[in-house]
Amino acid sequence: MAAATSGRRYARRHLAARTGLYLAAILAALLCAAPFLWSLITAFKQNRDLYNPQNNPFLFNRPATSDHVLYLFTDTAFLTFVWNTVLVGGLVVLITLALSLPAAYSLARLDRPWSGRMAIGIFLVYLVPPSLLFLALSRMVVAVGLQDSTWSLVLVYPTITIPVSVWLLMGFLKGIPKDIEEQAMVDGYSRLGAFLRAVVPLAFPGIVAVIVFAFTLTASEFIYALAFVAPTEEMTVSTGVPTQLVRGDVFFWQSLQAAAVLVAVPIALVFNWFLDKFVAGFTMGAVKE
Amino acid sequence: MAVVEVRELVKHFDGGRVHAIDGVSLAAAGGEYLVLLGPSGCGKTTLLRTIAGLEQPTSGDVLIGGDVVTGLPPRARRIAMVFQSYALYPHKTVLANIVFPLKAAGMGRQDRDRKALWAAELLGIAPLLDRKPRQLSGGERQRVALARAMVRDPQVFLLDEPLSNLDAKLRASARDELKSFQQEVGTTTIYVTHDQAEAMGLGDRIAVLTDGTVRQVGPPKEIYDEPADKFVATFIGSPPMNLVEHDGSLVGFRPEHLLPAESLPATGVVEVPLAVDRIEYLSGDRHVYGTVWRIGERSRVVARIPATVDTPIVSGETYAFAVPERRLRFFDAESGRRRAPVALGG
Amino acid sequence: MATTAEQPTTRPIAAARRRLADRDGVLSWAFVVPSVVYIVALVGLPFGLAIAFAFSDVSAGDPSYDFVGLRNFRRVVDDPVFWRSVGNTFVFTLISMALIVLLGKVLANILVADFRGKWVVRFLVLLPWTTPVALSSISWLWLLDSIYSPIDWVLRQFGALGPVENMYWLGQPGLSMTSVIAVHVWRLTPLAAVIMMAGLMSIPKEIDEAARVDGAGYWRRMFEITIPLVLPVAAIAALFGAIFTFTDMAVVRVLTRGGPNDSTQVLASWAFYRGIDGGDVAQGAVIALFLFPLLLAAAVLILRAVRKIEVR
Repeated sequence: MAAATSGRRYARRHLAARTGLYLAAILAALLCAAPFLWSLITAFKQNRDLYNPQNNPFLFNRPATSDHVLYLFTDTAFLTFVWNTVLVGGLVVLITLALSLPAAYSLARLDRPWSGRMAIGIFLVYLVPPSLLFLALSRMVVAVGLQDSTWSLVLVYPTITIPVSVWLLMGFLKGIPKDIEEQAMVDGYSRLGAFLRAVVPLAFPGIVAVIVFAFTLTASEFIYALAFVAPTEEMTVSTGVPTQLVRGDVFFWQSLQAAAVLVAVPIALVFNWFLDKFVAGFTMGAVKE
Repeated sequence: MAVVEVRELVKHFDGGRVHAIDGVSLAAAGGEYLVLLGPSGCGKTTLLRTIAGLEQPTSGDVLIGGDVVTGLPPRARRIAMVFQSYALYPHKTVLANIVFPLKAAGMGRQDRDRKALWAAELLGIAPLLDRKPRQLSGGERQRVALARAMVRDPQVFLLDEPLSNLDAKLRASARDELKSFQQEVGTTTIYVTHDQAEAMGLGDRIAVLTDGTVRQVGPPKEIYDEPADKFVATFIGSPPMNLVEHDGSLVGFRPEHLLPAESLPATGVVEVPLAVDRIEYLSGDRHVYGTVWRIGERSRVVARIPATVDTPIVSGETYAFAVPERRLRFFDAESGRRRAPVALGG
Repeated sequence: MATTAEQPTTRPIAAARRRLADRDGVLSWAFVVPSVVYIVALVGLPFGLAIAFAFSDVSAGDPSYDFVGLRNFRRVVDDPVFWRSVGNTFVFTLISMALIVLLGKVLANILVADFRGKWVVRFLVLLPWTTPVALSSISWLWLLDSIYSPIDWVLRQFGALGPVENMYWLGQPGLSMTSVIAVHVWRLTPLAAVIMMAGLMSIPKEIDEAARVDGAGYWRRMFEITIPLVLPVAAIAALFGAIFTFTDMAVVRVLTRGGPNDSTQVLASWAFYRGIDGGDVAQGAVIALFLFPLLLAAAVLILRAVRKIEVR
């Protein structure tokens, strides 16, 4: 009898906790995503609908129009910006991996007396922010003749991504059993061969993490992109969209909102997918331990 | 001919603060099963890794097949090693694991697959070739590791505690398999373990190591019956050899040789009184714990009485026990080395 | 073994010599050097250059280098806007970080829980972080518009504002700082949540279960187990976040350009304004350099925290 009552009390408490959880989750999602949901509505609004403070901003007071979204593709270089962003992001990811993977392996595994100090030195580099470097860097970019070119960003962004990636990968590499690479060496491979054929495939989750991290970072970087690249056709999304859709005091609001949604959604989808893998990796480790 | 030989091998870590190997000379003959036995931290694994080329010795040389290989990387030594963890490549199938060394050697695809299949059939893992390592049991993993080791046709197999990751039941059958595998292939094998039962069961010869030095090398029987020093005498055997101090010497005798006097012939034995304080029954044998005197200082000893001797013994009483004289071993109390027999008073 | 003789792998040992690819010592250098060279060339060099600029009269119009000693420093220090930026930077960083850590923890707790539709919620929550900051800030610019702000519209519906009144979110000194901080918090909280989620998940399940068996309730477990165990990770994340916030100017740049009346001007945006927009490279460099001692202090703090964690 007593057990039944306390059981019911627990059930009620459980129900309350579940309801609270759902409410909290919905609230959090709304707070984070509200600007985007609203952007989505705005992107299809007519000017006369938008520029009337009396109109309900969350509804279509006049018929929806896709003119402003299409404007993005027909009258601006939006696709060029997207292409530039993807190009810069892709190349930066490649450079970052090519440089940081061996460096992380050396620091995590080859275990020289200087490894620890070198790792800390690389970490300190991360602390030197773009806002301290962009002035001098813009001079150097001019000196090597890359001013006003997307390539200047390809050259400079790895300085932000490499230090973090080295540390990220060091963590992943330390988790790979030493036996595996020694086995590969006994099996007839050089240290280099063991690294390429046995270690790199096993570091794959870390490599994916670096790819996502480096790409999102370059896609949203702002200061260097603003300081180094002036011509429209060389710009990335971060700088190009505001430049073309903000003419002095005139903002092309609907097109701007459309651009934000069009860029944000694919990146968030990829990121979320990656997070799934990441979480799965975590829980798998917990089960094995 | 010695297939593997180490000469005056020394390995220091941390700039000389840790002496992992302190001057070891050893040789394994062709087809021999040599076991390196010792407590953890004795340097046996470092020795194996130095032979493999995974560690470079501080001084001394490693010879494989008569050639000095000291400076050479592991891949150039024609060795195969099985790690404690088996170190199977988790992202490769069993087949890919087995052919991996052959790829390194630049063998053609058809030859590779033929060879892998041959090894897999020899070890009875042919049905598993498409699996991933995580889908295998411990015993199956060991066989995959062995198959991968043997396809290289190494001059020597180096095995680093390959049974220690298996549970007790699997371990016995895996040990049998290892032995019959080696008998079939006939390749020289160096096997590292801290488990004396494994060492006794597998080894043609055993090298007992402690503190980075070799204490004794010999066939299992010799290691057991004629221990070269106090360390070997007490490290081998379970329960270990009893030691009784006598005038600067140690008198040693194995528990199974300390028996009730009535069960032994009257001549050629040394009689000792044993004050019994505890008795354990272990698979038919009686382990009798107690104190002896008269042959030296009062000492705690163990007697292992086989089921065939049914003299009644109860704890709290003192009995006449005896040890056959030819079973007594003598050690120097200070150095621990074997010494000539001394006369025992009484 | 009978098959040995006919195997193609058989070859004399002496033929296989030690190559570069076998030598750990050589490899360890060869693997690090490219990264180090890259970083030294593109971080070390401009860093030195920035210091050199600070003592020069280099400007966009006159790129020739003349040493002018501490003149730039004096000019910067004499400028009240600079001191305003310093104050704003601290206010911006401290308030944002406190909110980000707090809200990040709450959000992380929601995201590790099990519920239906989790994938969608997580996707929506991630949006602020994955959108390029320039674009998300522009969305906010409209949300905070002086006339058309939908937030104002809502407030008007509830009667909090008169029918033609507006808040001027970005037009009043105190309110504009609040807006800038709010947008920055909105943007970084998802990242903090993901990092803390990783920290939460790395807590061994047994500890939590043991506490559950011991009869500890949700809040008790939260404060006595979860928070202490996540604290090291959270602390490092917070310090990294603080450095990022301290040197970030994206939100300020898009929303207010430092205005009104430099009330939201931070060091980074002020340096950009003087150095790039105004073309006074030397002064920009001086302003940016003021960030460095503070960053160094933060770095020491982070390294200490890291070491403490590794010792445990």
